[in-house]
Amino acid sequence: MNMYARPADPKKLIKGATGDWEVVIGMEIHAQVTSNAKLFSGASTAFGGAPNSHVSLVDAAMPGMLPVINEECVKQAVRTGLGLKAEIHLRSVFDRKNYFYPDLPQGYQISQYKSPIVGEGAVKVDLPEGGIEVGIERLHLEQDAGKSIHDLSPTQSLVDLNRSGVALMEIVSKPDLRSSEEAKAYVTKLRTILRYLGTCDGDMEKGNLRADVNVSVRRPGEPFGTRCEIKNVNSIRFIGQAVEVEARRQIGILEDGGVIEQETRLFDPGRGETRSMRSKEEAHDYRYFPDPDLLPLEFDDAFVEALKAHLPELPDEKKARFIADYGLSAYDADVLVAEKETADYYEAAVAHGGVRRDAKAVANWVMGDVSAFANASGLSVYETHITPAQIAGLVDLIADGTISGKIAKDVLAIIIAEEKEGDPRAIVEARGMKQVTDTGAIEAAVDAIIAANPDKVAQVKAKPTMLGWFVGQVMKQTGGKAAPQLVNDLLKARLDIAG
Amino acid sequence: MTDLTSLTLTAAREGLALGHFTAVELTQAYLDAIEAAGALNAYVLATPEKALEMAKLSDARLAAGEAGPLEGIPLGVKDMFATEGVRTTAASGILAHFVPPYESTVTARLWADGAVLLGKLNQDEFAMGSSNESSAFGPVVNPWRKTGSTQKLVPGGSSGGSAAAVAAHLCAGAAGTDTGGSIRQPAAFTGTVGIKPTYGRCSRWGIIAYASSLDQAGPLARSVNDAAVLLRSMAGYDAKDSTCADRPVPDFEAAVGASVKGRRIGIPREYRVEGMSAEIAALWDKGAQMLREAGAEIVEISLPHTKYALPAYYIVALAEASSNLARYDGVRYGERVAGRDIVDMYEKTRASGFGAEVRRRIMIGTYVLSAGYYDAYYVRAQKVRSLIKRDFEAAFAEGIDAVLAPATPSPAFGIGEKSGADPVEMYLQDVFTVTLNMAGLPGIAVPAGLSAEGLPLGLQLIGRPFDEEALFALAQVIEEAAGRFPVPARWWA
Amino acid sequence: MSVDQATVRRVAHLARIAVTDEEVAHLQGELNAILAFVDELAEVDVTGVEPMTSVTPMKLPLRADVVTDGDCADKVLANAPAAEDGFYAVPKVVE
Repeated sequence: MNMYARPADPKKLIKGATGDWEVVIGMEIHAQVTSNAKLFSGASTAFGGAPNSHVSLVDAAMPGMLPVINEECVKQAVRTGLGLKAEIHLRSVFDRKNYFYPDLPQGYQISQYKSPIVGEGAVKVDLPEGGIEVGIERLHLEQDAGKSIHDLSPTQSLVDLNRSGVALMEIVSKPDLRSSEEAKAYVTKLRTILRYLGTCDGDMEKGNLRADVNVSVRRPGEPFGTRCEIKNVNSIRFIGQAVEVEARRQIGILEDGGVIEQETRLFDPGRGETRSMRSKEEAHDYRYFPDPDLLPLEFDDAFVEALKAHLPELPDEKKARFIADYGLSAYDADVLVAEKETADYYEAAVAHGGVRRDAKAVANWVMGDVSAFANASGLSVYETHITPAQIAGLVDLIADGTISGKIAKDVLAIIIAEEKEGDPRAIVEARGMKQVTDTGAIEAAVDAIIAANPDKVAQVKAKPTMLGWFVGQVMKQTGGKAAPQLVNDLLKARLDIAG
Repeated sequence: MTDLTSLTLTAAREGLALGHFTAVELTQAYLDAIEAAGALNAYVLATPEKALEMAKLSDARLAAGEAGPLEGIPLGVKDMFATEGVRTTAASGILAHFVPPYESTVTARLWADGAVLLGKLNQDEFAMGSSNESSAFGPVVNPWRKTGSTQKLVPGGSSGGSAAAVAAHLCAGAAGTDTGGSIRQPAAFTGTVGIKPTYGRCSRWGIIAYASSLDQAGPLARSVNDAAVLLRSMAGYDAKDSTCADRPVPDFEAAVGASVKGRRIGIPREYRVEGMSAEIAALWDKGAQMLREAGAEIVEISLPHTKYALPAYYIVALAEASSNLARYDGVRYGERVAGRDIVDMYEKTRASGFGAEVRRRIMIGTYVLSAGYYDAYYVRAQKVRSLIKRDFEAAFAEGIDAVLAPATPSPAFGIGEKSGADPVEMYLQDVFTVTLNMAGLPGIAVPAGLSAEGLPLGLQLIGRPFDEEALFALAQVIEEAAGRFPVPARWWA
Repeated sequence: MSVDQATVRRVAHLARIAVTDEEVAHLQGELNAILAFVDELAEVDVTGVEPMTSVTPMKLPLRADVVTDGDCADKVLANAPAAEDGFYAVPKVVE
């Protein structure tokens, strides 16, 4: 689909005082590459640590130090490119981006400017109103900077180079997004893909995934407006808010007859506004040129093919398979594949013990009670103590008629609170929670209830929906263990209600 | 005992092996000579204690029969090489007190082979210059003087201290660096031998960078054989330098004295530049004759883009330098001048820490990379560079083994003589040497005669990539035919 | 091409080198002399010529992803003009 030709969706337009506006968004995502060592030095990428402890003489840009590239970072970039269905460039070039800043030790950042390692690709983003495809412009490798800390001393800024030289992937999208919801969904999806690939942990709190958001507004059908870049937004929620307030700000200016100045802005979540970073702007002239300490990065098709062969199943493929193989709805499949570990957990439960069980029933448990418990604990489903085997056990117990769905919930409650590692079948046996299928015992209960409630019996003849009350009474009497269908059938026969 | 400093490195090596003298004695002789040669300003830092300590260890290894190829040989090191625990300044005020906590790969190899560090040698600031006059430590004085004159002459640059020290017997040999001629031009000015090996032959790790795609380390020595011995120790693969070639280092010394019969030597007609002095032209002819007499074939060749090498060099080198020198910002090391804010601190630090020539070159480099000029200058210069390399490749493809050319357009000139308003006058010193840095090729400068005023003149041989052996063989022919050129009088001592 | 004084100042600022008014006039002359010299390149026909990116025909070597360095804050900070609690210290940067 040609996104530039994508017609404006009336539901996504923003109402201004003078009419409707369409917001246009493109993103530059900085994703920290998962690797042990830095992009061009042997220092650790570990988070935290004493200041300047994960720093080599190369990272501190001591005179005469030289960069040597980390093979794994190259592979991670290629894997990511493959995951984004993008063109992999067999030859790319590292350039120096020159500027002065205390946390930039070399006085330049090694990046890829004209020849990035990955070219155009696409990301499918699912939205409640239907899917869109977001174009990827490029992906390149570059060095992270160190950290300047401005609030530890009244007169000085303090510099820690632990982050200096850590590998980043900058993933640039095309301006294909048209609402804050789309922007959030895109980043969420991208993060899912990166996590599936294992190329970035996507931890936004640690700054391992940050977004520069380009926002402009236009009248539907008109050419793109002037855009502003909102730097370093570090949560998905903030991305949505930043888009909203920036679009509103621009619409306000335009409706007042003003013009948008192309500039870099900062989102302040506390005040819910973006503000200009013009103070730092000062005519950037980065003087890019190929880094003479490095040669062009070249590899062959075999290198790419070897990585492709070991690529994990990606969320889109997994979703399609879940729908086809397990008969899940698109929505359920989406929820289950959002995290790779959850999808694996789900599949482990479906196939536990080498037996294939009702996949839909398993999905209901995973997305229902287990998910509720996980949410309450602030965990993901796979992080809870509930195992796929336990879920499989519950599903099996219902399937073979040993317990009812309601009892199964009780068993889960026991697993949650008391017998964390308990086997559902053993719990049911030990606690006598088995469903009663002995007709004699149930008949006795049914007869007792009918005898004790002649008024209700009279009512039910006129109003058959009263039957539920009788079922409830019988279940109560049998401690909930009576097989519900059996109770139903017996009551109807005794009360002479047509089935 | 004869003056031990008068021995070539090769002879000293033999003397040590035979036990005629100890490494400590040899080292002490050099330390005394350095002490007495303050007038030359060749060293920016002598390290007598470290030298004697290293020499003692060498003597122990010599006694134990565990001597390395350079065991006990006292060397000087250009101040571009980081030496662990020994102040390293690049002859710049901005690094006035910098003590590296690391050792450059090239010098580490020298010490591993048993060599002894006498001290750090003067140079042009950040190796930017052709006369050693841009040093923060002041100019180096050439041990050579015109016949009957006491005028102070430059030793050339940027490895001026290295060349002067080798010529004046203040070290048995020196490690220098060459970006556009910084080993070969001073070697020619001082009657010594200097080789810039193929780009990638020596590791650049730990060498303060001037222009990364052009910088190479190499030795300055008193004889072709001495240079071969030193280069063998300095060269070799280093995983810490992405541009260092992973290929074996030949026994260069074995190439010295090898036959040159049947070798095809190119004489590039474009090197006969306008205004070339008659004595340089005559020297060049004489050199060709020496090689011819040794059995080589002399062929006129064309390297059509020669005249563009120098302007292209100044764009590429200065662009790279402007970026390489951005790290001297007063934050992590080096001198800092306080400012009212960070930008003011940067600007004051760099204005005060860098000398005039370095500031000028950084500004040119910044300008040619800046928006709107990048394609016209930098990209074009790199294209011209491709053409220069292609010229040589075409010559080699036609069977040329090496190219013979003058090393410099003139003999040594007086201190202050070329530091006028036009910096280009000084830049022209590199006209014969820069082409091969641009093409990454090896080149050796070897003294071949004296000027009418009694100053040494050098010839240059340019080889195929990684064929330094051919250069050593050919240079040896010239050395044997022309003789060596010791400084006539030790006027400074 | 030649530069005016405003350009000299702009370039000096880009390069973070303080220049006095006197120096600007001086530098303008020197820079223009050098630029006039390198302008010779304009006459070279470079049609279809690739700019050089590496002088020797080599492949970029790749390093294994192993932590082999770091944990040397003492060395990293040894030459610092100002350091505090393991950090480099610089004049306050106003964001």
